[in-house]
Amino acid sequence: MEKLVEILKKYNPDVDYYTNEHIIDEEALDSFDIISLVADIDREFDVEITAKDIIPENFNSAKKIYELIERLS
Amino acid sequence: MVKNVLQYLELNEKENPDKILFSEEDKNITYKDFVYNAKTIGSNINRKLNMTNKSIVIFMEKSIECLVAMMGTVYSGNFYTIIDTKSPRERIKNICDKLEPEMIIVDRKNHEKIKGYTELKNTQLYEELKIGKIEKERLNQIRRTMIDTDLIYVLFTSGSTGKPKGIAVSHRSVISYISSVVEIFNFDKNTVFGNQTPFYFSMSVLDIFSTIMVGASLNIIPKRYFSFPIRLLEYLNKYKINTIYWVPSALCIVANLKALDEVKPKTLTKILFAGEIMPVKQLNEWRKNVKALYANLYGPTEVTDICTYYILDREFKENESIPIGKACDNCNVLILNNDGDLSTKGELCVRGSFLASGYYKDKEKTKKAFVQNPLNKNYPEKIYKTGDIVKINENGEIIYMCRKDFQIKHMGYRIELGEIEKNVNAIKEILLGICVYDEIKSKIILFYQSQQLEKHELYKKLKEKLLPYMIPNEIIKLENIPYNQNGKVDRKLLKNNFMEGVY
Repeated sequence: MEKLVEILKKYNPDVDYYTNEHIIDEEALDSFDIISLVADIDREFDVEITAKDIIPENFNSAKKIYELIERLS
Repeated sequence: MVKNVLQYLELNEKENPDKILFSEEDKNITYKDFVYNAKTIGSNINRKLNMTNKSIVIFMEKSIECLVAMMGTVYSGNFYTIIDTKSPRERIKNICDKLEPEMIIVDRKNHEKIKGYTELKNTQLYEELKIGKIEKERLNQIRRTMIDTDLIYVLFTSGSTGKPKGIAVSHRSVISYISSVVEIFNFDKNTVFGNQTPFYFSMSVLDIFSTIMVGASLNIIPKRYFSFPIRLLEYLNKYKINTIYWVPSALCIVANLKALDEVKPKTLTKILFAGEIMPVKQLNEWRKNVKALYANLYGPTEVTDICTYYILDREFKENESIPIGKACDNCNVLILNNDGDLSTKGELCVRGSFLASGYYKDKEKTKKAFVQNPLNKNYPEKIYKTGDIVKINENGEIIYMCRKDFQIKHMGYRIELGEIEKNVNAIKEILLGICVYDEIKSKIILFYQSQQLEKHELYKKLKEKLLPYMIPNEIIKLENIPYNQNGKVDRKLLKNNFMEGVY
């Protein structure tokens, strides 16, 4: 989880990723950010996030993203 | 005689008053209501200012309301400038200093952001401007006195000195350009545009004004859909979008994630792109999945939007470049070598009525870029020098090669690396900052030297100073920046090292 938050901070350091559950709804990440973020996660966690998984529901909080990573690895 | 873009709008309103003109998700507005709202705003603006041909800034979210404010401004006989509501303060200030606008139209959501600027004398809330009576006589009077060389908008790009350049465009240029593009691509009443590009970006001119000219519909696709490719494709199907004109990065997101394997666009028939080089690999992924007309468009804001186009008529291998094709009808391009003679390789120059009127309040820059056609010694005739180097291939098609100077195209935006560097080097703790561009990965890379400043701290500072698309994609801290034998920073080495994975 810390590793993921570290990656997320690169895109927007001003978000508290441990508490915020509306990253997408609040537009904390720019639209093109998600795509680079996915590439970073794929590389760092050795998973392959596919288009099917890239939906707002999976990215609204660090916890949700982490759950996705766990599902895929 | 058509001398004003609003004449097209009114013609189509008369024919199809209840047709949907603009929409965004489930919100929409008919031709009739749109014209009514725009006329109300136009009447109110003119009543307050009582002058025409003046600058009005629109500081609003990308929305149907923003389009109403744009056309309302045109009804008032003035010209608009859209400012990105996410712009850093410095850019907003630079643009307003240049324009000295008579009025700023702002929506409630963004009112706070603009409040700190005490020098902005006349701020009007959109929500209040929308209320009131249409003054028919006043609007008629404005229309009678206006001519087609009057300005319709001023769009801003970044300038090499850090001061943004305002490109002033007239009704004439928009009418000429749109008339041409509508014929090339057969836009008509059945066209439904899926708009991606921001309204402060010249590519959106095609979407908006083609819609108005032919009586089509335009759907503003909310930005967040571009993060979620499957949702994006579902959106296209749901709203029966058949025509898109996007930057390649947006098309690439869909292709890279193989979203087309999951959802097939059912209504898309025309796929146009411009703004940067479209990579063949991703384009082939699209072509494999969607049978449609594909076209590569090319042009700078200074020629309204595009001046050349290429409709794909053959297969391309990944190492080939997609041509930018040939000139649009009623537009002419010249390829000039350094001596100013026609050549098969050189700088692309454009002539014709697509040309912008010049840079707003900037005689020097206008004189440099809009020059007398060197091939015409007989009467005054301007050409625009794009600064892009092109060549002609064996099929007689124009191929884009590179920028003449230091400008890059990144995510469809024209950026001068020098401007990013200038901002980086302005930070106290920075010893030296150098930017290079990796065209293959489409990444801006910033190298910097500093005793104290860590990467994330620098990133945070840059977010305050730069437009989102100008923020480097990679930031690399170096102990030493390499120099070449002339004592200049060795940018080539930095770039090569980066591309070879040395850092």
